Amino acid sequence: MTYTAWIILTAALVGLSCGVIGVFLILRKTAMMADAISHTVLLGIVIAYIITREVSGTAMLIGGILAGVFTAFLVQWLHSLRVQHDAAMGIVFTTLFAIGVILIATSVGNAHLDVQHALMGEITFIPFHMITLPIIGAIPEATALLLLVLAVILFFIIAFYKEWKITSFDPALAASLGIPVILMHYLFMGLVSVTTVASFDAVGAIMVVAMLITPAASAYLWTDKLSFMLVLSGSFGVVSAVAGYYIAAWIDTSISGSMAFATGLVFMISFIFSPKHGLISRRVRPAETM
Amino acid sequence: MATPILQVENLSASYRKNTVLHDINFEVNAGSLTGIVGPNGAGKSTLLKTILNLHPSLTGSVKFFGLPFIKAKKRIGYVPQRGSVDWDFPTDALDVVTMGLYGQIGWLRRPSRLHKERAYEALDKMGMADYANRQISQLSGGQQQRVFLARALVQDADFYFMDEPLAGVDAATERAIMTILKELKAIGKTVMVVHHDLQTVEDYFDHVLLLNRTVIKHGRTEQIFTRENIANTYGGNMRWMGEEKRHAVHSIE
Repeated sequence: MTYTAWIILTAALVGLSCGVIGVFLILRKTAMMADAISHTVLLGIVIAYIITREVSGTAMLIGGILAGVFTAFLVQWLHSLRVQHDAAMGIVFTTLFAIGVILIATSVGNAHLDVQHALMGEITFIPFHMITLPIIGAIPEATALLLLVLAVILFFIIAFYKEWKITSFDPALAASLGIPVILMHYLFMGLVSVTTVASFDAVGAIMVVAMLITPAASAYLWTDKLSFMLVLSGSFGVVSAVAGYYIAAWIDTSISGSMAFATGLVFMISFIFSPKHGLISRRVRPAETM
Repeated sequence: MATPILQVENLSASYRKNTVLHDINFEVNAGSLTGIVGPNGAGKSTLLKTILNLHPSLTGSVKFFGLPFIKAKKRIGYVPQRGSVDWDFPTDALDVVTMGLYGQIGWLRRPSRLHKERAYEALDKMGMADYANRQISQLSGGQQQRVFLARALVQDADFYFMDEPLAGVDAATERAIMTILKELKAIGKTVMVVHHDLQTVEDYFDHVLLLNRTVIKHGRTEQIFTRENIANTYGGNMRWMGEEKRHAVHSIE
């Protein structure tokens, strides 16, 4: 495959994974946890690098999961000590992120890992780092990692579909039925973490938030069915990613920035034109009264 | 009838470091319909949640059918406050009712046609069959409450806990819910309801639990629901309520 094709495929995989997992971030009202986790996985990645001394996919994934779940745990713990939830989040993720930044600057700074790269990602470098897999053949490592992560999150979402639905909609009922709500919460935070780690190389810590939240928020405006919302959000993610690439190629700018910008455009279009909750339909057809 | 199916001993709970419930002791017999009544902030919802392990208790023990909650939870149904969930969630009424069966369906399985049929029957029972495929945000408050009741019915529990099911609902829904509650009682189920309207307590419930951070009085409505006990529960703010009650005309059943 050409460089361009690899880049577009990688971007599309980022859009798809983030779009799907983002639906539950929106529905569980934990959208800002994505922001927190996207920053703290940096610490996990750095620590994984310090221990293994290589930029390897699996070590990074494990480091990222641990950092993400640790973040969720710390936020919950501070909150239980009467720190406001949003404040707890702000404190935890900035602190952990800062430790990551300091570690990069002092002990691991090199060509593979730097702050600029961590924040913005660099999708154009992805095809330079090929690995060879059985059956599939030569594939960029980041792309392979994304494929693996996509398979993992699709598996968990499909296998526990009804549990995600009930713990998102009515955690009190779920708990009274004996569904382990807290375990599901941490499992979900783990899934957000692996998605973030896998997307890190491509779009970086800041833009991944756009990919996680905006397609899902747009899909929310179009449908009243959870399964369709998942499909739609994943599609919006892919469309934004591909459109972002071409916007970047056209005006010669950052690919990850353009991808995030494209998600914003999709949201604007949804917000104005959505037949159910859009601005225009609300004007034309005032809310039906029961 | 006489064996208590709920035993609460020395229960206490706090909310953000303030103790809201202390020294709670009571027993509930099978087949009773109990109204939990008390002023705002008395800890009515917290009491339900603490009994059901949804809120941590500081001290005390709770036994259902002589067992701890974990072993009895399949026989217990809970109806949270309507305001506790997001009604903009992308799902329909039938789907919400089906959620009541998720515990029985078990892991890694999808609701079958049979489950859907049972959910539909429960909706029908609440007079909501026509709204089965309606997005839940398009239902009125009363209809949403009926969906919640249908979800509890489908659980087919022996012991129901309901948090303010009659708050902010229309008269038709209130009648529909009370009919169902009396039906549940008639077939031997036990129900505890957090209730806010003192006017209707005598008509609706055979037992009353007067609560203000601890149990003020608990027992049969006709013995417990007296002006004096109500005044004790509500403190000094009871004057106008008491006067209104004197003029109220109660239907004889």
